[in-house]
Amino acid sequence: MREASRKGVLLAILALAWEVYARSLDNDLVFPTFSATIAALAASIVSGELPRAMAYTLSLLLKGYVVGLALAALLTAVASASRIGADLLETLTSMFNPLPSIALLPLALIWFGLGDASVIFVLVHAVLWAVALNTHSGFRALSPTLKMVGQNYGLSAASYVTRILIPGAFPSILTGLKVGWAFAWRTLIAAELVFGVSSGSGGIGWYIFEHKNQLLIPNVFAGLLTVILFGLFVEHVVFKTIENRTVRRWGMQV
Amino acid sequence: MTLLTVDGVTLQYRSGPRLVTATERVSFSVERSDRFVILGPSGCGKSTLLKAVAGFLRPTEGRILLDGTAVTAPGPDRIVVFQEFDQLLPWKTVEQNVVFALTATGKLPRRDAHRRAMHVLEKVKLTDFANSFPHTLSGGMKQRVAIARAMAMEPQILLMDEPFAALDAMTRGGMQEELLQLWDDTRFTVLFVTHSIAEAIRVGTRILLLSPHPGRVKAEVASNGGDEMDAGGRLLSARIHDLLFGGTTWGPSPDRPDSSVGPVLSDGPAAKDHRDA
Repeated sequence: MREASRKGVLLAILALAWEVYARSLDNDLVFPTFSATIAALAASIVSGELPRAMAYTLSLLLKGYVVGLALAALLTAVASASRIGADLLETLTSMFNPLPSIALLPLALIWFGLGDASVIFVLVHAVLWAVALNTHSGFRALSPTLKMVGQNYGLSAASYVTRILIPGAFPSILTGLKVGWAFAWRTLIAAELVFGVSSGSGGIGWYIFEHKNQLLIPNVFAGLLTVILFGLFVEHVVFKTIENRTVRRWGMQV
Repeated sequence: MTLLTVDGVTLQYRSGPRLVTATERVSFSVERSDRFVILGPSGCGKSTLLKAVAGFLRPTEGRILLDGTAVTAPGPDRIVVFQEFDQLLPWKTVEQNVVFALTATGKLPRRDAHRRAMHVLEKVKLTDFANSFPHTLSGGMKQRVAIARAMAMEPQILLMDEPFAALDAMTRGGMQEELLQLWDDTRFTVLFVTHSIAEAIRVGTRILLLSPHPGRVKAEVASNGGDEMDAGGRLLSARIHDLLFGGTTWGPSPDRPDSSVGPVLSDGPAAKDHRDA
């Protein structure tokens, strides 16, 4: 059997087990059934509540991700330009990498107040270090021969970076993008849950939190399911596709 | 007319705390359409010398002139074919690798670059692989692409840094043959570095012999492609060996039949020498 169909069967069995257990428990407030969760999911999608929440979350995520990438590019440029820049990047990364972004949220709330700016701040922190570190090490690991080839053809500095360095370091950059995405996604959901306590902003984390307050537990499950499904989609469809079209096609896997 | 003049060039580089002298006051000149070979054992600075001609490093003493102008930086008028297979851009197909070289340098517009690329790929018999990515090719094919890419640029001088050293013996012999055929077509000027006496004799019209540690010019000999006997009945390969090592014999038998590999003047793996010498 193919892997996809094997896993499909496994998922069906899990859903069935969930349904059977929840029915035997018979308590929607603690553990709703699979069918109740799906029904809540469908209702939220039809009413537009869930798509709105997802759209809001994604717009935040995109902003944080883009700002994070821009800063990572800047930091990598500084690190590549000089030795002290490289030391700076390494020091900052080893300091901030172990610090979960969400731990900065209380501070961010003081600096930027309640609102998007605070969430974007922690998102940037989640993305920045992973991407900058991987990109920088990708540049450094680029084969000296390729670097010489680039120089041999007399490329300008800008064209050397875009036509040799970045594609040459792409396997490593892609790893950074994946790790940065994973950090950002988890951080964002957590940050929105915290916001749910205090503000009316309407992301998917807030959707989960609000429905918990209203004791609509099937909707809480539906929200969690959405988070899982979207995460799977990005990791196994979006990044997989990028990987297949680039590093795998080029035979450049690390 | 002299195309390349290397005049009293001393090359030094730093290796940790040590200052290594790769070559000392090396002089030679290359005429147009020469197949000029620099031959010497590991540590004679031949690869470093080639990199200096390419403009990757500056001489600490002496000067390098290409067509009368001092070489100060790398440039597309001196295209290098490296020994390493990873000199092709892995994210571009065979054809794109050649087109990239032509368009990135502004040598040709895209449409013409495509035509030129297909033309040179035909010459190295790789038309069928134009749309393949480099990682799907064999080592010999990769080197042929690198040579095609370099030739498409029509540089003033082609710099070849042990381009066949990482290939198996049979492929190497074929590649040497192909290079000579390509040369017959356009009579390009080539500066070729090797540590194999047989390869030098086969490929070169003029052979510069360098001694190791640091590299100094020992002699220059002419070759017409075969390991022939001189008036005194001595084989060219034996004469080269004596010039390099002052009459001591190498290997089991200096007059063994010429192979495509031949005696190798090396005290270590070629690739290693190539990187630090």
